[in-house]
Amino acid sequence: MIGDRAPSVASPVLSLVSSPQSSLMTQIPASLITLTIGVVVTLISLWVGQNHGLLPEQASEQAPLVDSLFNLMITIGTALFIVVEGAILWFLIRFRRPKGDDSDGLPIDGNLPLEAFWTAIPAVIVIAVAVYSVNVFQEMGGLAPDSHFMMGHKSPDAVVAQAPTGTSPVAGDTLPLLADDATVLADGSTIAPGEIEYGYGANPVGSGKVPDLLVDVTGIQYAWLFNYPDDGIVTGELHVPVDRTVQLRINAQDVIHSFWVPQFRLKQDAIPGEETGLRFTATKVGEYPVVCAELCGSYHGAMRSRVIVHEQADYDTWVAQNAPNPTASSGTVAVNPVMNTADMSDRQYLTPMAETLGVDAHALAHLHESDS
Amino acid sequence: MAQAQLPMNPETVDNPSEHKAWKWYDYFTFNVDHKVIGIQYLVLSFVFYLIGGLMAVVMRSELSTPDPDVIDPTLYNALLTNHGTIMIFLWIVPAAIGGFGNYLIPLMIGARDMAFPKLNALAFWLNPPAGLLILGSFFFGGAQAGWTAYPPLSEITANTAQSMWILAIVLVGTSSILGSVNFLVTLIKMRVPSMKLVDMPLFCWSMVATSVLALASTPVLAAGLVLLLFDINFGTAFFKPDEGGNLIIYQHLFWFYSHPAVYLMILPIFGIMSEVVPVHARKPIFGYKAIAYSSLAICIVGLFVWVHHMFTSGTPPWMRLFFTVSTLIVAVPTGVKIFSWVATLWGGKIRFTSAMLFAVGLLSMFVFGGISGVTLGTAAFDVHVHDTYYVVAHFHYVLFGGSVFGIYAAFYHWFPKMTGRMMNEGLGKLHFILTFIGTNLTFLPMHELGLQGMPRRVAMYDPAFTFINQICTVGAYLLAISVVPFIINLLWSWKRGDVAGDNPWNALTLEWTTNSPPIIENWEVLPVLRHGPYEYGMNGQSSEGAIETPEDAPVA
Repeated sequence: MIGDRAPSVASPVLSLVSSPQSSLMTQIPASLITLTIGVVVTLISLWVGQNHGLLPEQASEQAPLVDSLFNLMITIGTALFIVVEGAILWFLIRFRRPKGDDSDGLPIDGNLPLEAFWTAIPAVIVIAVAVYSVNVFQEMGGLAPDSHFMMGHKSPDAVVAQAPTGTSPVAGDTLPLLADDATVLADGSTIAPGEIEYGYGANPVGSGKVPDLLVDVTGIQYAWLFNYPDDGIVTGELHVPVDRTVQLRINAQDVIHSFWVPQFRLKQDAIPGEETGLRFTATKVGEYPVVCAELCGSYHGAMRSRVIVHEQADYDTWVAQNAPNPTASSGTVAVNPVMNTADMSDRQYLTPMAETLGVDAHALAHLHESDS
Repeated sequence: MAQAQLPMNPETVDNPSEHKAWKWYDYFTFNVDHKVIGIQYLVLSFVFYLIGGLMAVVMRSELSTPDPDVIDPTLYNALLTNHGTIMIFLWIVPAAIGGFGNYLIPLMIGARDMAFPKLNALAFWLNPPAGLLILGSFFFGGAQAGWTAYPPLSEITANTAQSMWILAIVLVGTSSILGSVNFLVTLIKMRVPSMKLVDMPLFCWSMVATSVLALASTPVLAAGLVLLLFDINFGTAFFKPDEGGNLIIYQHLFWFYSHPAVYLMILPIFGIMSEVVPVHARKPIFGYKAIAYSSLAICIVGLFVWVHHMFTSGTPPWMRLFFTVSTLIVAVPTGVKIFSWVATLWGGKIRFTSAMLFAVGLLSMFVFGGISGVTLGTAAFDVHVHDTYYVVAHFHYVLFGGSVFGIYAAFYHWFPKMTGRMMNEGLGKLHFILTFIGTNLTFLPMHELGLQGMPRRVAMYDPAFTFINQICTVGAYLLAISVVPFIINLLWSWKRGDVAGDNPWNALTLEWTTNSPPIIENWEVLPVLRHGPYEYGMNGQSSEGAIETPEDAPVA
């Protein structure tokens, strides 16, 4: 589809402009030259589109989608670049003023078919890119940032009065239901029902399904705090199991931050007073940077953390090691601010203070390691 | 002034003493001559270009290592904020619109001055205090919230400096509104009678589009900034979420102006391209009407794309999709212009003057910046590269590779008209080569930085990015050096350059029919239009000698 378009960009332009140059190319028919150039440009563009190697590794379900869009645009862009820059260079050389020639060039001031052509072709290209990008956007879950994620939550005590699961696959029609649930859910915990309007949610396939893990993300100057409401864990680094859907609820305490994992190709601003969300499925075990992408103050550049993608078993181990004392874990009081501090590990106790103390994500991570 | 309305009246030129050139001190006064005001804009903005460039050099020095070891991160944020602010509001906009717009528009349409000369002077004189406010803000730490000044950061950081910054922007915004009114009225009402709208040089068309855009969008920015000012100083809560305010609305107000602002910075440059390329290629411009109307198309579509700056912010899905499509559509009229200039080269007798080199350099880099712009326009890909160095790379390709190259081309092209002397071609070519290499060395690698995961506006970064950053830093030093031959060239040619004559390029637009530099009321007797602005090789005038005669006749 892409490849077909490139020669069609190239050929009419080239054939039109090369036709009066019969003196230059008397031996070979212009159409043959055009065809050859078109094929070569197409091949180069296709190759560049697949092999540019500019992007980091893919570690989420969304990453291949974003990359396929980028690769398509790189392919088209390369073809356009070669054709236009090639034309510029060729014209500059071909039509440079001969020494001592002070005459004017050819009195050509327009060509309607040609102008219609180069208006129509870019229009077709950008519409095609737009359609494709809308498709990718949908596959990424961009159309359903508010997809239902509270149902069937793992923490049984918290969801006793929960509404029947899977009733609302369609985005946006669940407001009253969830609003009611909110009061039921409140339950002394900080969990509020998800009414996220902004961000990336479930893709069409996963629509209506409950995410496997819910994490509350809070941006503060200059650290990320990750709060696992089901397990009562608070940490400075995000730990997630591989191949499981993870729903992030993103908030900011002081200024706007932006949660970005380059290897996931996902980013969403953390906005004070406006909860946003990201739902993703990590597809590759490993450690990836969590970067703040919105200017948030002097040490904005130091606001970096990590997301660690575990095998499920490793993740379970990590949860077991880091969850608060099981005797205290009723499943609802994990992050209750009035919980007994004696039940907390050092790190859990300290994390809420991180902001006041100015401890950054790395310090927290350090604490975590010494803790476990 | 008013006598410009009476083009054929000999009484307008009755007092010969007024035809003397202006003295140097006239350029430091509230002078109402559009040519003086144009040069005031150019000189002031060039000084700020050097200041903004110095800030960039300091920032690139900081970024040559991953740690914040050269300057304090707080100062770094002040530099990045004011580098952007100065380059936009005190360099490109005043140079391209205020400078060349004021100098050239009356000359191109056969008017003796702008429609409202005093308003024009007032518009200029709003700029020096704005510049002083920006510079003075550094005594209070400097605004540190980026040129976007998003609250809450802008409301909790360096309040005094931020307030000075806001006042400065409101001043230049007011200047822009006044200037736009002036341009529109001048272009509509004051053309020499024989010039129809479609006889105007394309620079005039681009100034129509620019002025409409500025008038439509600047008040919105002013509103947003004044609300911000109130939040900071008078306890209001427009943008304070915990007191009932809303942060996202600021971003909408800001980008409703600031996206069109990028067209404010490039449309006049498109106009400059349409003047420089035909003259030095010795060819009629290819597709006059397509270029003229595509400026208007960009102006209109450009008002409806602002949310693409907010694809990762608080914007619902439909908005992300709508603005993806509208953003991509801008590529069509922009492409029309690019293709038209390329086609103008075909069949020409291209003269590689410094002006032409910068024009062609602009063309080649704008193609690249345009393609990366299309990639950024899609919400699905922007989610990865938003607020990264990929964006920095893109907008420097279109603003440095585009706008600044265009301003340089304009300097080389119209310097002979402004001073009566030619610029040195050798120094000009050296300047071009250094700038071209420096631009690509600085900004090309930044694409990869952004794609790989380096956010913008950081004083410290992941050490994995050190090498690429050092390439960029070397490029930035080269760019700093590249200005030196240009400054030498300007100063030396101004005093000692070859005498230019009235029309050194054998150009056909009206500004070349008067003296170099033009007399105070521009013409003794206003010219009469005998041909279009780009009829090179047409009407049987293919040799160089015949070109300038039609308009010389009425003057003589």
